[in-house]
Amino acid sequence: MKLDYIKVCGAPFAVPVEYAALRSANTSDGACAVFAGSVRDYNAGADVSGLTLEHYPGMTEESLRRIVAGARSRWQLGRVRLLHRTGPLAVGEDILFVGVTSPHRQAAFAACHYIVDRLKTEAPFWKLESGAAGERWVAARRSDRRELEKWRTD
Amino acid sequence: MIQVLFFARLRAELGTAEHRLHGFSGSVEEVRAQLCTLFPDWRAALQSADIQAAVNREIAASSTPVRDGDEVAFFPPVTGG
Repeated sequence: MKLDYIKVCGAPFAVPVEYAALRSANTSDGACAVFAGSVRDYNAGADVSGLTLEHYPGMTEESLRRIVAGARSRWQLGRVRLLHRTGPLAVGEDILFVGVTSPHRQAAFAACHYIVDRLKTEAPFWKLESGAAGERWVAARRSDRRELEKWRTD
Repeated sequence: MIQVLFFARLRAELGTAEHRLHGFSGSVEEVRAQLCTLFPDWRAALQSADIQAAVNREIAASSTPVRDGDEVAFFPPVTGG
């Protein structure tokens, strides 16, 4: 089985299925860290009824591969599974799944955290929210940039 | 020929997802300048301080050179995850 599974998906995915794929026939990794992000019903003080995720086909996949390779160069990892939705999503739907297995919990936790932090500031996805007030492009958060600082090695 | 792509808020502001430049050579900043000369209406959106660029699907600086056959993209800060 391939150790990295990276997918940009237009259709919904199921977190239990993705978790099972990380664990199946994988008895050498005792640790598995998973992050799942979903569509919230509010943002920046306004109700959100859904959103549309735009991306840059071609660059998105390359960017995600670079981020996963960065995690592998820092920690001893088993499998990495990364799925990101695109297109229209309803409130409560899963947007992002990041799962990492490793012989050790520290590596699994850290790599999962690192992948999500880098994805937030590097991978070319953009959210267009819809709500009672109409549509609006989600603004980038400065705090996401600050989060990235903790992974700097220089 | 240089293929220039626009994404998200910027695409909506310009009202187009792409533009082709013929016989161009220069930097990312010069691509932006040429587009602003061709389309003065695009100036405010394209020159917005938060706009980032990529050349051939990798994040690029203003000074990154652009050659014939390259794909250049302009977009606002990413908001995925």
